Amino acid sequence: MLSPSILIAAIVNGLLIGAVYALVALGLTLIYGVLHIINFAHGALLTAAMFAAFFAYRVLGIDPYLAAFLLAPAFFAIGYALQRCVIGPASHGDDRNMLLVTLGLAVIIENALLFAFRADTRTIDLSYAFGGLDLGFVFLSWPRLIGFGAMFVVALALWLIMGVTDTGRAIRAVAKEKLGAELAGIDVAHIYAVTFGLGTACVAIAACLLIPSYYVNPSAGNAFVLVAFTIVVLGGMGSVPGALIGGLVIGVAENLSSLFFGESLGQIGIFVLFIVVLLVRPSGLFGARA
Amino acid sequence: MKGLAPILVVVAAMALVPFLGVSNVTFNFLIVALMIALAGQGWNVLGGYGGQYSFGHAAFFGTGAYVTAVLQVRYGINAWIAFGLGIAGGALVGATVGGLTFRSGLRGSYFALVTLAFAEVLRISASVAPVTGAGVGTLVKLDLRVAALQFQSRAAFYWMVLTLVAVALIVTRVIERSRFGVWLIAVRENEDAATALGVNATAIKFTAMVISGAITAAAGCFYVQYFLFIDSGLAYGTWISIEALLTPIIGGVGTVFGPLLGALVVRGLGEGARMVTGGEAPGLDLVVYGCVLVLIIWFAPHGLIGWLAQLRGRSRRPAALAKIGHD
Repeated sequence: MLSPSILIAAIVNGLLIGAVYALVALGLTLIYGVLHIINFAHGALLTAAMFAAFFAYRVLGIDPYLAAFLLAPAFFAIGYALQRCVIGPASHGDDRNMLLVTLGLAVIIENALLFAFRADTRTIDLSYAFGGLDLGFVFLSWPRLIGFGAMFVVALALWLIMGVTDTGRAIRAVAKEKLGAELAGIDVAHIYAVTFGLGTACVAIAACLLIPSYYVNPSAGNAFVLVAFTIVVLGGMGSVPGALIGGLVIGVAENLSSLFFGESLGQIGIFVLFIVVLLVRPSGLFGARA
Repeated sequence: MKGLAPILVVVAAMALVPFLGVSNVTFNFLIVALMIALAGQGWNVLGGYGGQYSFGHAAFFGTGAYVTAVLQVRYGINAWIAFGLGIAGGALVGATVGGLTFRSGLRGSYFALVTLAFAEVLRISASVAPVTGAGVGTLVKLDLRVAALQFQSRAAFYWMVLTLVAVALIVTRVIERSRFGVWLIAVRENEDAATALGVNATAIKFTAMVISGAITAAAGCFYVQYFLFIDSGLAYGTWISIEALLTPIIGGVGTVFGPLLGALVVRGLGEGARMVTGGEAPGLDLVVYGCVLVLIIWFAPHGLIGWLAQLRGRSRRPAALAKIGHD
C-alpha cells in the first residue's frame, strides 16, 4: 500500500518535470499553430541545444541558466535560418514535403551529433543541482523548481510577444488566414521563419533547464519530443494554454503510472493516452474543432 | 497484362547477378538493399499511391519479424507457415491501425503521428513481453534446410528476397492498372473531391493500408530468416520506418520501380560513406540518407525516376496517371 506522502511527492515532482515538457511542447504547438505541420526535427534540435549548453559549461564555464540567455537568441537564429533557407524552399509549399524535410533534418542533426560525439552519455555536475527545498513530505530539487518558474516566465513572454507586438499580430494573422494575411502585405515566409525561430528558442531554453539534472547523448531529445507530441495533441494542436496544462497533466500522469506500473509500462501509458486522444478527440482538450 | 514486361526484364536481369561470381560482401549488400526495397514497396502502396505518409511502418516490419520468429521458436511451427502467418500478421496490424485512424478521419500530420505512436507502443511492449524474449530478443535456431526456410548459400537467399520483391512489384503494377488504383490516386490528389464523386475514401485507404502492411511485414519475415535474430529495437525501431519511406521518396513516390531504385541508391550511398571513413563512423551513413532525402525533395520532388523522365524530356505515362508525386 502506498502512503499518501509518496503519492503527493510523485504528483508534485510530476508537476515540476511537466513544466519542462510543457516548454518543449510550447515550441511544437507554436509551429503547428502557424505552419500546420508537425516539426519532426524538434527533438533533434533539443538534443543539439543540450549539447550546446553542455559545452558552454564545460568549455566556457558558463552556468546553464545564464547560457539560456545566449542560447535562446542563437537558436532563434538557427530556427529562422532553417525555415527560411531549407524547409521553406525545399518543401515547395506542400505539407507532406514539409513533414519529410523536418524528418530529414532530424536524421541529419541526430546522426551528425552521433558522429561528432559518439553515443557517450555526458552529464555536468553543478554544486547546487543536488540541493533543494525540503518540505518534509516532499523534496523539491532546485533545477526542477527553477524549470517550473521558467516555464511561466517563457509563457508570459510569448503571450506578450503574440499579444502586443506587430510581429505577434502578424503571426496570429498568418495562423488564421494565410492568404488573407499575404494579401494584406504580410511577408508569410518571414513570419513562418520567425515562428519556427521562436519554437526553436523555446527548445533551447528547455535544454538549459534540463542539463543540470539530466544527461545528454545524441538521442536524449527524442524521449522528450515523443512526450511533447502527446502533450500537443492532448492540449490541442496550436493551443498555447493547452500545451502548458497538457504538459503538467502528462508530467503527473507519467510519474504516477511509473510509480504504479514501472518505468517502461509508464511510457506505454503515455502513448496509449496519445492514441486514444487522437482517435476520439483529435482537436484535443483546448483546440478548436477541425 | 500490360505493363508486366519491364518488371520481368528487370527481375530476370537481377536474377542473373549471382552467376557473375559476386563476393559475399556484395551479396549481403544486395540482399539487405532488396529487403529494404520490399519494405519500401509496402510504404509506396499507401504513401505513394494513396498519399498517406506513415512514419511508423516499423509496426508492420516488426510484427512480421516477431510472428515468424516466435511461432518457430516457441511453438515449433514450420518456418514456411510462420512466414505466411507473419505476412498475415502485418496485414492484421494494418487493418487495426487503418480501421482506427481512417475511421477517425486522421490525415496529414495527425496520421503520421499516430502511426509513429503505434510503432512505439509495439516497440515498448515487445521490449517487456516475455513471449518476444523481452529485452534479450529471440534467436532462431540455425537449421540450414529448405524445409526450415534457411539456405546454405547466399545466392538462395538473394533469389528468395528477389522473388518477394518481384511479387510486390507485380502487385503494385496490378493495383496501378486497376480501378482500385485509380480511386487510390484520386484520394491522394484530392480526398474531398474524390469523396464527392462517390469514392469511399475510408474503405480505399483501409484496403491500401492492409496491402501495405502485408508487403512491409514480408520484409520483416525475411529479416528473421536471414539474420536469425530479432529484438525490439531492430523490429520496431525508427530506423526501418525511416528506410521504408526514404526508398520510395528517393526513387519516386507512386511509381512501380521507385522503391527498388531508391533502396539501391540509398544503400549504395550509405555503404560509400562508410567506406570513405573506413567504417569507424557511427551515424555518418544516416547523415547521408538525411541529406539525400532533403535534397531529393528540394530539387527532384518526383524522385530519381521523375528526374530521369524529365531528363529524357518526355512524359512516361498518359495524362491521368502522369502526376507522379505531388507538386
